Amino acid sequence: MSLQLDFPAVLERWPSFLAGAVLTLELAFFATVLGALLGTLAAVGRGTHNSLIAGACKVYVETIRNTPLLVQIFLVYFGLASLGLKYSAFTVAVAALTINVGAYTAEIMRAGFEAIPRGQIEAAEGLALSRFQIYWHIILLPAVEKVYPALTSQFVLLMLASSVCSQISAEELTAVANYIQSDTYRAFETYIIVAVLYVILSLVMRAGFWGLGLLLFPRRRRLGTPL
Amino acid sequence: MQQNSSSSEPIVSLHNVQKSFGALRVLDGVSFAVARGEVLALIGRSGSGKSTALRCIDRFEKVDGGEIVVCGHRVDRPDVNLRALRQDVGIVFQSYNLFPHLTIEQNITLAPCAVKGMATSQAKDLARKVLVQVGLEEKLHAYPEQLSGGQQQRAAIARSLAMQPKVMLFDEVTSALDPELTGEVLKVIEQLAADGMTMVMVTHEMGFAKGIADRIVFMHRGKVHETGPASILTSPTTPELTQFVGTGNLKS
Ligand SMILES: Nc1ncnc2c1ncn2[C@@H]1O[C@H](COP(=O)(O)OP(=O)(O)OP(=O)(O)O)[C@@H](O)[C@H]1O
Ligand SMILES: [Mg+2]
Repeated sequence: MSLQLDFPAVLERWPSFLAGAVLTLELAFFATVLGALLGTLAAVGRGTHNSLIAGACKVYVETIRNTPLLVQIFLVYFGLASLGLKYSAFTVAVAALTINVGAYTAEIMRAGFEAIPRGQIEAAEGLALSRFQIYWHIILLPAVEKVYPALTSQFVLLMLASSVCSQISAEELTAVANYIQSDTYRAFETYIIVAVLYVILSLVMRAGFWGLGLLLFPRRRRLGTPL
Repeated sequence: MQQNSSSSEPIVSLHNVQKSFGALRVLDGVSFAVARGEVLALIGRSGSGKSTALRCIDRFEKVDGGEIVVCGHRVDRPDVNLRALRQDVGIVFQSYNLFPHLTIEQNITLAPCAVKGMATSQAKDLARKVLVQVGLEEKLHAYPEQLSGGQQQRAAIARSLAMQPKVMLFDEVTSALDPELTGEVLKVIEQLAADGMTMVMVTHEMGFAKGIADRIVFMHRGKVHETGPASILTSPTTPELTQFVGTGNLKS
């Protein structure tokens, strides 16, 4: 049994790998930002007294959490196409990933909202703050802080899961790898390199979230409490 | 429109207030009034309805019947302007409830800026002023968790004062504190009373109530069982109050 690896043959395609990695990171970035927004709104929606809104948010979250990401991507892709709408694979991928991660974010944020002591909200109400002001000033940041590790893991998972976007030929890292391995017949080497690149992307994201955490939670920075 | 009361009218008045939680009748025709500058102490056994009565004043509970007027606001009516009511009323809870992610200064400036539209610099001056009032000016930039319980409670009082309320409500604000920290909070409240603040406080510090309250309301089974000047604590007329003060100021 002999294992012969020829990395140079694959590595000379580094510009393609790099482009794929950058695109994956871009996908993850947009889907994270938009998904965080969508998920937070859905979490707020689930907590409202309006049962129509709460119900709609629940259906959204449960549908997404109980269907495969690839199927969701195809639904967005072919759904838009059958409506006669033409969007780039990148846009479709961002949309599908946003919808997907938004549902998971909603569940995590809901846990964060529920972890805010009732007394905090009463104190804010007693100070005459409005419903919106209470969410904005009192609930949101402490809630995010409480679930920050779970949230950031979810977003890193999303970046890794974005590899299935290769199926709609978004030119992200996995799509690039598929292309290179069929070109060079060096599948094992190609995927080893891709795996290493995904690890690096994960580390980049985690570093980014660490820095963002320092910005968002000045109290932890001041008091030196780790997240 | 709800207008602010003229100076002769009480700041807070409850008339025949009814409140039930399910089948449990917690307030059963409660009436009392608090004049401007008056300090009223609500006392009574655990479960007698003191907190509920206090919370009804700031509409944290909706009453089932009766009438509550606070600074001219008809609190019992569904169309009461909650934000206006709560600008006139300050409330401090047993558990301080400072916002943990904000510094003491930010805790204090938040509502004046967000609710009253006060300029940040002006709000910061105000924060300093109310912190001096409670003896905590050096904690301006600290976070709540860096303060002792007594300091947190004083900061919570300062936060309420920054909204310049016409009446302050206190619900057992010292009962989560060690005895040696209780004194520093009571001193702040004493000073407020001396400055003429109208106050309603639920307390089981009988000595304190006796010293500071203009009037005592003793609640028993959801009713005002006995009421009068602080002297009723030393010479109660009903057997229930006799027994209550007789058992000392046990934690209710
Ligand atoms: N939100 C609620 N739902 C149901 N029951 C309640 C609620 N709030 C209070 N109660 C009940 O109403 C009764 C009076 O409660 P309240 O808190 O007013 O008493 P209290 O006089 O303040 O007692 P304590 O001295 O223990 O604080 C109690 O039996 C309590 O269990
Ligand atoms: Mg109580």
